[in-house]
Amino acid sequence: MSDTFTDRRFDVARLAIPDWLLKVEGLGKVYGPFDDAVINSTGPGPETAKSPLNGSIVAAWDVSFEVAPGEALGIVGESGSGKTTVLRCLAGDVTPSTGAATIRLGGNDLNIFAVDAAERRRLRVDTVSVVYQDPSEGLKMNVTAGGNIAEPLTAAGWRNFAKIRMRACDLLSRTEVPLNRMDDLVRAFSGGMRQRVQIAKALANSPSVVLFDEPTTGLDASVAAGVLDLIRSLLEENRIAAVVVSHDFSVIEMLTSRCLVMHHGRIVESALTDQLLEDPHHSYTQRLVAAARS
Amino acid sequence: MALSDLIDHRESTELLDEFAKREIRRATLAAVAIPGYQVPFGSREMPVARGWGSGGLQITLAVVHDDDTVKVIDQGDDDGVNAVNLRRLVTSSTGADESSIASEATLTQSRHRIPEDGLDETSILVLQVPVPEPLRGVERDMRELARMHAEADYSRMWVSLYEDKVRNGVITQSTGYPCLVNGRYVVATTPIPRWDIPRLHDAPFLTLFGAGREKRIYAIPPYTMVEPLTFEDVPFEVENSDGACCALCGKSESFLVSLPNSTTWLCSDTDWCARQRPAT
Repeated sequence: MSDTFTDRRFDVARLAIPDWLLKVEGLGKVYGPFDDAVINSTGPGPETAKSPLNGSIVAAWDVSFEVAPGEALGIVGESGSGKTTVLRCLAGDVTPSTGAATIRLGGNDLNIFAVDAAERRRLRVDTVSVVYQDPSEGLKMNVTAGGNIAEPLTAAGWRNFAKIRMRACDLLSRTEVPLNRMDDLVRAFSGGMRQRVQIAKALANSPSVVLFDEPTTGLDASVAAGVLDLIRSLLEENRIAAVVVSHDFSVIEMLTSRCLVMHHGRIVESALTDQLLEDPHHSYTQRLVAAARS
Repeated sequence: MALSDLIDHRESTELLDEFAKREIRRATLAAVAIPGYQVPFGSREMPVARGWGSGGLQITLAVVHDDDTVKVIDQGDDDGVNAVNLRRLVTSSTGADESSIASEATLTQSRHRIPEDGLDETSILVLQVPVPEPLRGVERDMRELARMHAEADYSRMWVSLYEDKVRNGVITQSTGYPCLVNGRYVVATTPIPRWDIPRLHDAPFLTLFGAGREKRIYAIPPYTMVEPLTFEDVPFEVENSDGACCALCGKSESFLVSLPNSTTWLCSDTDWCARQRPAT
């Protein structure tokens, strides 16, 4: 029974990390009015995210974790489990109902949920980047690859054409986009190459936090493997704190060391990634892993 | 003052009633107070079609006084059909004087040019604007545009300049070159050519931009900083006619336009050109 489930394993994913860079506490997102009764009527126990009391949807509730620089934390779950909601709250695309997300910037702690919309957009320029599943969400399709990278650079105050070109060249070569394609419209690119351009754009201003939303879901297996390799090496090189949301265990296995499992808006299990895959404790995780292995 | 006190019951030849004038003057004052900010206003129907200078005409009719002297030019030409008709309309309905000499005029309405000389602290320049939104080319959503201006988020404009330079080797935008006014708002300097942009910077005269179809008024007050957006290492350049000179006056320091299908160049500002020629 999931509501009586207790995990005797040490809860590594919620382990307090002394040198965290991103700390999320009690994040919740509810569509519609809510109180304790509404919250308690949803979740893995009642097997629903939609409250039978008033129809409010509890998309995510009581989500807490910490991420260290150079580390990637995974969030897994089937579609509708709330993992993308968590990511979009952190990205600023969705306003959370409750909770705090703190980023440690040069010794200063900043709760990104407490700042206004304009400040959040500024944070998106140089502190928190997002790589979306669909490159058209993160890129302008009728702008060249170089132009897409110029956007966050000019937003951060770059005004020198030659320097912008050099930075764009550098980023595109690091993400293995052929430089002779730099001045082509992104529309003309293949899915894998668009995703590489999106990653290059996300890294333009050396952000401290990068959020990945199903980064390889739209790609075929061999291209996806290349992109995953790339993401892994970039995260290590740049000491970025990353959150990777995916329903695909191979992505989580390759990129992350720790992960959370979400189900009906709640974290149901958290563990080291290899531990979770070898020995899933929660019945929902067991089902997920079994489905992925079959 | 009550609204009813504004109504003048005597027979009037004026095109704008007092309410319309008040609306336009209020928008104009707001525009002057916030240099470069596009102020929405209730644009009236004019006896010219929208797109033919109805915005400039409304500003002119709202600020003109019967002791003003009015100059109207189309391109740089005082004798263009549109210029002649607008000038007649303004002077006949308000009793203002007319002149083709910019230094004599207190109010100059223009499509495309700033007169070559003669504008000073006593002058007001009114420009007829087709598209007041400098970001229209990069974003169509009005709410997003309002947000971009509010947050001074002009990175998309910079991307379009970057793209222009990458695609064409030079920045090709000719009229309506985007400029940062008073270090805050980016404006479309349409309809004037690049040649006239440096003359807006720290200019002694007041410039009012009126867009009748788009219902926007914006302004550059006297002695205001106007910087064309350009990369540090890509200098802003004005149109270059490579040593050409005017076939009529022989001068090369004015803005020259070439006749269609020929190598003959003429001054764009016809009144200035006429004054450069020796009296015959």
